[in-house]
Amino acid sequence: MTKKILLAAAMATPFLMALPASADGDHRAKAIAVIKKDFQPRGQAGLDRLAEDGLQAICNRTGNKPPEYIAKRMQDDQLQTVKFPADGKLMGDWKEGEKIAQSGRGFTWTDNPGLPVGGNCYNCHRIAPKETSFGTVGPSLYQFGKIRGNTPDMQKYAYSKIWNAKAFNLCSEMPRFGHAGALNEQQVKHLVALLLDPESPVNK
Amino acid sequence: MKQHLIGALCALAFVGGSIAQTPKKPAAKPAPKPAQAAVAEEKDAATLEFEKFRAEMEDSNPAELFEMKGAEQWKAKRGPKNVSLAESCDLGQGVGKIDGAYVKMPRYFADADAVMDAERRIVWCMVEKQGFLFDDIAKRPFANETFTPDITNLVTYVAAHSRNMKIDVPLKDPKVRDAYEIGKEIAAYRAGPYDFSCNTCHGSDGKRIRMQNLPNIATPKGALSGVQGWPGYRMTGGVMLTHQWRMGDCFRQQRFPQPKYASDAVAYLLTYMIGNANGQTYKGPGIKR
Repeated sequence: MTKKILLAAAMATPFLMALPASADGDHRAKAIAVIKKDFQPRGQAGLDRLAEDGLQAICNRTGNKPPEYIAKRMQDDQLQTVKFPADGKLMGDWKEGEKIAQSGRGFTWTDNPGLPVGGNCYNCHRIAPKETSFGTVGPSLYQFGKIRGNTPDMQKYAYSKIWNAKAFNLCSEMPRFGHAGALNEQQVKHLVALLLDPESPVNK
Repeated sequence: MKQHLIGALCALAFVGGSIAQTPKKPAAKPAPKPAQAAVAEEKDAATLEFEKFRAEMEDSNPAELFEMKGAEQWKAKRGPKNVSLAESCDLGQGVGKIDGAYVKMPRYFADADAVMDAERRIVWCMVEKQGFLFDDIAKRPFANETFTPDITNLVTYVAAHSRNMKIDVPLKDPKVRDAYEIGKEIAAYRAGPYDFSCNTCHGSDGKRIRMQNLPNIATPKGALSGVQGWPGYRMTGGVMLTHQWRMGDCFRQQRFPQPKYASDAVAYLLTYMIGNANGQTYKGPGIKR
């Protein structure tokens, strides 16, 4: 009993302490009210997109710095959401992966919802060396597989990271591409190949 | 002289039918937007081309054509009440006074009991003083290839009268300060399918999307680059677009639904961003890619 209470207290304390990090709850509450009243649906972008899911709420409330133990637990939850291909193969065709990595389309109110969504990868990452128009919001992925190898564990990591980046870093800036329904299993496999296939230009 | 001529020819073609002369083709057609897969050499060439073009246009900015139209519309008696904005609209500096008004907004307006950016305030005047219907304005608030709304001309006109003036959002006013703080929280609010907030792209220094540098709007320097050049003549599509439009386009790319036109949400976000640029010089309506 005592132990339970103690544990609960220990868990609650760091969480509460972390809350003030998100500047100010009063203005946050006002901001949410303003957002709720001042947006209108357009194209495929409905008002449902304005609601925070649990993870977004935690990240928003803690200035993207959730207490470690909460982050760990929620990351584990996110990891559970990763859907692996039935055949167990995690590497597809790197050439297809390159095409997906190039495309930044999808999910905006001007995008046709019937068309496939891109991986947006080059928007934020350096990947294959030939593409010199790359963003720097995320780390360079050049030589990703050459440095790390392509063991089954590494394949599983790359696949999971693309499917749900928040499984490894709760408030990562990177979208949860599989979880969000942007990329399907096949597309994620192609991206894994782009990163890990020894034949991929990433690893040349 | 030659530069002026090129500028004038371009501008004529840009405005198209609205000027009673045979529209000429632009002397230098802007380079087409590079394909997504384009390599950096091409992008760099496009950037250089654009910078060159912008420098050439400095003295005869196409925005000036919209400014001129805005001047006419500001002074003309219009709307169901047949009143001019010049004789009825107070942008915070007194009725009809526009010098320096743009750089001192957003500000709180007691008559509307709201914090308003320049565009929102002019819309308010058009509705309250001239009798236009808000819904009519909000139906097509932004320009496209074939249409430029009056409000865009008016905003451009008002903005031009703050050229080379210091940005001075009155953050000491508690109502403005409140708007600023709410705007700051809106900028930090992550949601949507990609968990993006404004700050995902514009909350830290030295980041890029592809080759596009991302200003950090939390800093004075970054906030200024988010303010500079708006309203702006956009080469892509050849349209005059306002700061309100730009905020909406960020939300589009954030995969959010659309912010309502001339709403609190946009005004507060602009208060945060323009307020962070306080003390720096606004160069007036500009040219954008």
